[in-house]
Amino acid sequence: MKELLERALNVAQLKGASYADVRLVHRIEQSLLVRNGVVQGISQIEDMGFGVRVIADGAWGFASSARLTPEEAEQVAARAVQIAKASALFKKEDVDIGPPVVQRGTYRTPVEVDPFTIPLEKKLEILLAADAAMRGVKGIAATEAEMVFLRERKTFASTEGSWIEQEIIESGCGIEALAVGPDEVQRRSYPNSVGRHQMTRGWEFIEECDLPGNAPRIAEEAVALLTADPCPDTVTTVILGGSQVALQIHESCGHPIELDRVFGTEAAYAGTSFLTPEKLGAFRYGSEVVNITADATLPGGLGTFGWDDEGVPAQRVDIVKEGLFVGYMTSRETARQLLRLLGPSPYVTGLSNGTMRASGWNRIPLIRMTNVNLLPGTWRLEDLIADTEEGIFMDTNRSWSIDDKRLNFQFGCEIAWEIRGGKRTRLLKNPIYTGITPEFWRSCDAVCNVDYWVIWGTPNCGKGQPSQLAHTGHGAAPARFRNVRAFSRK
Amino acid sequence: MLGESHIRELLENALRISPADETEIVLEAHDSALTRFANNTIHQNVAEVNTEVAIRVVLGKRVGSAITNRLTEEALEKAIGEAVALARLQPENPEFPGLPDPQPVEPVTAFDEAVAGATPEWRARAVGVVCRLAESAGASAAGALSTGIYELAVANSRGVFAYHVGTEAHFTTVVMCDDGSGYAHRAAWRLADLDVEAMGRSAVDRALRSRNPRPIEPDVYPVVLEPYAVDDILSWLGYAGAGALAVHEGRSWMNDRIGRPIMSPLVTIWDDGRDVAGLPLPFDFEGIPRQRVVIVEKGVPQGPVYDTVTAAREGRYSTGHALPRSRPQMASLGPIPLHLFMAPGEATLEEMIRQVDRGLYITRFWYTRLVHPRDCVLTGMTRDGVFWIEKGEIAYPVQNLRFTQGYVPALAQVRAVGKERWVLSEGFGFTCVPALLLEAFTFTGVTEMPGN
Repeated sequence: MKELLERALNVAQLKGASYADVRLVHRIEQSLLVRNGVVQGISQIEDMGFGVRVIADGAWGFASSARLTPEEAEQVAARAVQIAKASALFKKEDVDIGPPVVQRGTYRTPVEVDPFTIPLEKKLEILLAADAAMRGVKGIAATEAEMVFLRERKTFASTEGSWIEQEIIESGCGIEALAVGPDEVQRRSYPNSVGRHQMTRGWEFIEECDLPGNAPRIAEEAVALLTADPCPDTVTTVILGGSQVALQIHESCGHPIELDRVFGTEAAYAGTSFLTPEKLGAFRYGSEVVNITADATLPGGLGTFGWDDEGVPAQRVDIVKEGLFVGYMTSRETARQLLRLLGPSPYVTGLSNGTMRASGWNRIPLIRMTNVNLLPGTWRLEDLIADTEEGIFMDTNRSWSIDDKRLNFQFGCEIAWEIRGGKRTRLLKNPIYTGITPEFWRSCDAVCNVDYWVIWGTPNCGKGQPSQLAHTGHGAAPARFRNVRAFSRK
Repeated sequence: MLGESHIRELLENALRISPADETEIVLEAHDSALTRFANNTIHQNVAEVNTEVAIRVVLGKRVGSAITNRLTEEALEKAIGEAVALARLQPENPEFPGLPDPQPVEPVTAFDEAVAGATPEWRARAVGVVCRLAESAGASAAGALSTGIYELAVANSRGVFAYHVGTEAHFTTVVMCDDGSGYAHRAAWRLADLDVEAMGRSAVDRALRSRNPRPIEPDVYPVVLEPYAVDDILSWLGYAGAGALAVHEGRSWMNDRIGRPIMSPLVTIWDDGRDVAGLPLPFDFEGIPRQRVVIVEKGVPQGPVYDTVTAAREGRYSTGHALPRSRPQMASLGPIPLHLFMAPGEATLEEMIRQVDRGLYITRFWYTRLVHPRDCVLTGMTRDGVFWIEKGEIAYPVQNLRFTQGYVPALAQVRAVGKERWVLSEGFGFTCVPALLLEAFTFTGVTEMPGN
């Protein structure tokens, strides 16, 4: 394959590219799904190909193919240059990616047990046991148990002299129970909703999740929700469970700090951002207990790697420090744009902080969340509830919607409990809360401590055209927010 | 493009070497390109050639699957071997009805040489026209123009072989000017049906007219919805409740309502994968011909669409709406209608606006998510042009609003249906939809930027 990569780079340069990189990606994904006690499928997906990204005549071009021959590499490289030259027909200025980045090395996700070495029978045994435990609860109409394992090997090479080889391993799992009543439908999920929780870890992660051990509880909760009172329409104190805090970070912090969105290049699809450049270092994003990082070096995070898909090393970056907005996630190109716009400062270096990732060989890298984390606070959850006279504890996301600038959000959760007199009391169904991003984070007055802190995995973050699904991580613990509008629909 | 004869040979050879009791092979091939622009310049420009072969093997009632994007004989043999090994490990699936028998599939022609031959230079020039239109108006355009060839083939060891090749072109733009924005989008299989310049003009005009929006209180208002917003309604009704699995599990808006009037008599919705007015695909991912299925007839739900698994439960035939079965996660979705049409009415947009005393004109919805499956309750934002209607005329632009609304009760409130329909592909599959005038739509929030 070395010849294929070198041939692609050589042809790109011969055809007139001033810069080129090539990524060869080989991905194997294993999925297992059990529904209602029946194995719906076990599949293994093998996907392999390469993509060539070039700058020619000062503009970007990209072409890709699954045909792995040196001749195809030549054609694809030539096509990428042709596309770049077509892009240049309507360019305003030449692309500037800053000083060369020359990196050589290897990275492999550290795992205790390679999940691909575990027999499928053992994986199925766990899924079937969890599924049976959920179906054993009276009132459950449908159940689902899932595992996903991923191994991605990729080689990155560039005309600047980089040569990087990486192997990323992921393990994910989840269960869901659906209860149906005469006029109500309720779903509970574990460890997270929308299918599963996922990490860059091995089989040890699946064992820690203990799906069968948690199955009866979530099934019982789904049934109990059918007859629970609806969440009241009120303005109150809300405590969010850790996975919902992760979702809140993802949507209202992670996306608006993507500098490509800020510069408008996602305007027609994913939207733009309220965090415009003049706010950098000057805007109060949250309260003083709000500290947010983007950290691609966190062990186990779904956004953890060695180098991004521009060959820039993984980094830890401050995003919000004691409530103040201090950082974006950048690429080589957008870091230079920001430098030209604002000039150098403690927050602006002109160098990428390594967040460019592509969902596969056939997609260009975009700025994607790494692990965007709310750093842990000091509270124990029990103390936080005891310290709350009146409020609602909501957990596990059910629906999420936010406007194109990432300001106005409305999130629904699977389950809630009323808090009265410092105690968790009656169960509430269909809880929804809504707010405006900075107002909401400024109302955060407590974050639970490291004992409650989990790096939640989001394996389905959509962005880009053609669309790309990225795998991102979010370290989060339960947190408390004041004066939040809560209500219920249905 | 691989071509039918090459694909047939490839698939028949693969079926021959499979040791399984039954084998199904689904091949999807893409040769596509997309030119993306923002800030009135092209910033991303990509092309892709890819083929995916999904193999499903059956041993008794045990099913295993494997997917590869490599077409060599060795790669296919390896994938078949993996699928067989996976099937052997599984317990029997008593519900598995077996692979389908062959049914005649009438071919549909939806291939346009102009789309197939579109070059990067052509896309750049088409996009450049929109960028210049925006720039000359003091606005900023973003969007994407894509062209491509798609081939789908399904073969199984019971004799099914179905092949379709089609072209697709999509254009989307969002044009921004100060605090105003406009939007345009269409999908077509013929390049002549995609008037990029006209869409650009429309989006620029909308952006200019939506500047200086006034605040408005969230409330229940009559609304005129452009087809873009109606696309969202139909897509969600289809995705979240018009498939048989959703009905079987009791999570569909159709549950306990089939045969009962729950929407306006002006509402008729059907799915038709063969209609060349849309983006046709004449058979599903099991090789079953797609039937025209009426989902709502004059406000009355008629029933969902089926694949072979859900049909077998009811002792009926599949309607040809299976999704790819080789990915286990697809089993959670069940069959889904991907080619939805809504019957047109007789009104023009202007006539609908004239019927509103005080209400809103909505260009489109954004980031809509299911809040509750019964009634298909969604929340989302308006975007790219919202206007206050006063005494039958557009009065002024207003700020974007958040809504939380059941799409089923919304369609009970239809007072008029547009006579023009647009083919749109922003949701699941595509829709062919008119504008609607609704008596009532519930808005629950507004966006305000707090100070520092």
